[in-house]
Amino acid sequence: METLMAVIIGILFSIGAYLILSKSLLRIILGSSVIAHGTHLLIITMGGLKTGGPPILGGRADSYTDPLPQALILTAIVINFALTAFLLVLAYRSYAKLGTDNMDQLRGINDE
Amino acid sequence: MKTNDVILQTVTKVATFIILTFSVYLFLAGHHNPGGGFIGGLVVASAITLLFLAYDVKTVRAGLPPVDFKILAIAGVLLAVITGMGSFVFGKPFLSHAFGELDLPFFGNTEFATSVIFDVGVALAVFGTALSIIYTISEDMCIWRR
Amino acid sequence: MMNNLVVLPLLIPLLAGLIMAMFRKNIPFHRWFSLFSFSLTFAVSLYLIHQVSIGGIQILELGGWPAPFGIVLVVDMLSALLLTTTSFVGIACILFAFKSIGEEREQFYFYPLFQFLITGVNGSFLTGDLFNLFVCFEVMLISSYVLLSLGGTRIQFRETIKYVVINSLSSTLFLVAVAYLYASVGTLNIAHLSIRVAEAGQTGFMTTIAILFLTVFSLKAALFLFFWLPGSYSAAPTAIAAVFGALLTKVGIYAIFRMFYLVFYHQPEITHALMGVMAALTMLLGGIGAVAHWDIRNILAYNVIIGVGFIVSGLAVFTYVALIGVIYYIIHDMVMKALLFLLGGTMIRIVGTSKLKEMSGLIRNHPLLGWLFFIAAFSLAGVPPLSGFIGKILIIQEGLAKGAANAGFYWLAAIGLLSSLMIIYSLMKIFINGFWGETFLTRNMEKGSTKGLLLPCVLLTTVGILWGVGAEIFYPVIEQAAKSMLNPNFYIEAVLREVV
Repeated sequence: METLMAVIIGILFSIGAYLILSKSLLRIILGSSVIAHGTHLLIITMGGLKTGGPPILGGRADSYTDPLPQALILTAIVINFALTAFLLVLAYRSYAKLGTDNMDQLRGINDE
Repeated sequence: MKTNDVILQTVTKVATFIILTFSVYLFLAGHHNPGGGFIGGLVVASAITLLFLAYDVKTVRAGLPPVDFKILAIAGVLLAVITGMGSFVFGKPFLSHAFGELDLPFFGNTEFATSVIFDVGVALAVFGTALSIIYTISEDMCIWRR
Repeated sequence: MMNNLVVLPLLIPLLAGLIMAMFRKNIPFHRWFSLFSFSLTFAVSLYLIHQVSIGGIQILELGGWPAPFGIVLVVDMLSALLLTTTSFVGIACILFAFKSIGEEREQFYFYPLFQFLITGVNGSFLTGDLFNLFVCFEVMLISSYVLLSLGGTRIQFRETIKYVVINSLSSTLFLVAVAYLYASVGTLNIAHLSIRVAEAGQTGFMTTIAILFLTVFSLKAALFLFFWLPGSYSAAPTAIAAVFGALLTKVGIYAIFRMFYLVFYHQPEITHALMGVMAALTMLLGGIGAVAHWDIRNILAYNVIIGVGFIVSGLAVFTYVALIGVIYYIIHDMVMKALLFLLGGTMIRIVGTSKLKEMSGLIRNHPLLGWLFFIAAFSLAGVPPLSGFIGKILIIQEGLAKGAANAGFYWLAAIGLLSSLMIIYSLMKIFINGFWGETFLTRNMEKGSTKGLLLPCVLLTTVGILWGVGAEIFYPVIEQAAKSMLNPNFYIEAVLREVV
């Protein structure tokens, strides 16, 4: 299972890298969000996939799954959610203001 | 643009209540089981978002109490932080929690914990933030279309 | 030592920001309340310095959970010093913002966002575990994204997009590094990490993770990977650029400091050598940028980069005396970079342009501004007895001493000296072009007044001069900070409460 996850994470990272390297702003945002998903999978895999019962009160099991990676990805997902929301609004507003979403035209060399 | 979304609207009328009830369950379950303020707040926000989608933003907004979602979110975070600071008074480290048990007439022996107040704050914050994001974007879209 | 005061530098700005955000329309309240909040934070941080100097490292276990399991906040002398400087710079920048930031930004939560930014910065200085460092970084960065785009001019949008994308990517890499580290040693508490890494031995795999961390933090600190910095820092309004230039890169440096002095200190011939190479390149490239540009904003932004390079070169030398130099220099740099940005912003405000070739002769009508700029420039270049001198001489002297064993350090010291030359050249270029020459602008023709803008500059200069002249007085404090950084055991004992 861990091997499969490693492959999936690799695929997500390469898709994300490809998208980030393109010129359209929307693709860049999608790319960074895909990479973030890859990272979340990485964190949960690194803590070891299901190795026991849920670590909550009243759950009886011989061994428990490590709860820390789950707490970490919850936090990371929320932060990434806020960031993506902000980035989308920013992209939308700057598209309205600058009239382009092509990064080539956003270089900005002494034109203003 | 006028679309025919009778099915969506009818389902929404029923589903909203189910979702809201479920959110209360999730919120209360959170003390010992999976659930909690975060997911509870998010589920309430999703119910309202469903309403936004099925009807339109203005109609739904008129039906809700006229509270700014941003203020709600801020109040939530404030509540959570101040609950955490309550432990200063007792000389315990920040965010320490306390609980006690009370015999209530109907519910029997019930546990009360200060972390519930913290969770209410979290729920309010999540609810307010999620809705103010959706509300701000949808509001702006209306201006755009004109 | 369990101490609830430790959380206050994080809590005060957070609460203040929240309360201010509740009353959006009341601008005078925002102003005075933010000043009050920073002053309170400043006082608490000073008191923390006092407590640390008497009772050693102070910690707070949140919710009473003991250290490797719960979240822990730690204040050692270095954190306490940085907290104090941060709140002081915050006060100065807020005072400058009163007169310069404009009603429109004030209406759109400028002051609350500023408070959240400081919350994030203070949180990063306080936290005792790696994941919270990530969270505090994000609090700081998200506020900085909004502050940078606030106002919505074309250039701001353009630069904010790049800044956000690059920083979100580096945050993602941070998480990747955290995941690898957790997988290999099974903890994220910095003290616990230090023990575990020392026990397991810093193998090749561990060093690779360390280099990943170095990459992440150098993106944040603008160490070598600084290509995003000049554009975004020169797009922001003065007060915001000043606080960014003074604080944000320093948070990245602080993270490098913690990771490479407390956790990954076993293979300095790889990690610290890499830091040295990156620092040298940063100083050179930043110096070239500062010398080449003719725009005040760009010159100042490149000066931030040179400063980062110099501080990290001191970290790369990795000796006790160099460390003392670094601590002197990092605090000097925070104060002086803020001052420099504020002075540059004042000049731009008077003339109405940031192009050096379109200004001249300001000293006739603005002698105080001119002399403050002169002091700041000399202080950054390291002219004794001003504040940059003591840090520079210690770092370069140690670099030369270490050069006997490894010729690379001669180069590092030489580039450090050269960078001072480039700093003084680039700043004198501003001084000569801006203040000397014929005065075309009479008082009435000026685009903006300096009323109230010079007060924070005078404050910062005073502190800068005190830091230089009174270096001897501060020495015991700095010594304590350096000692606890070089002996991870102090930190571990305080946090985990076990004798190593």
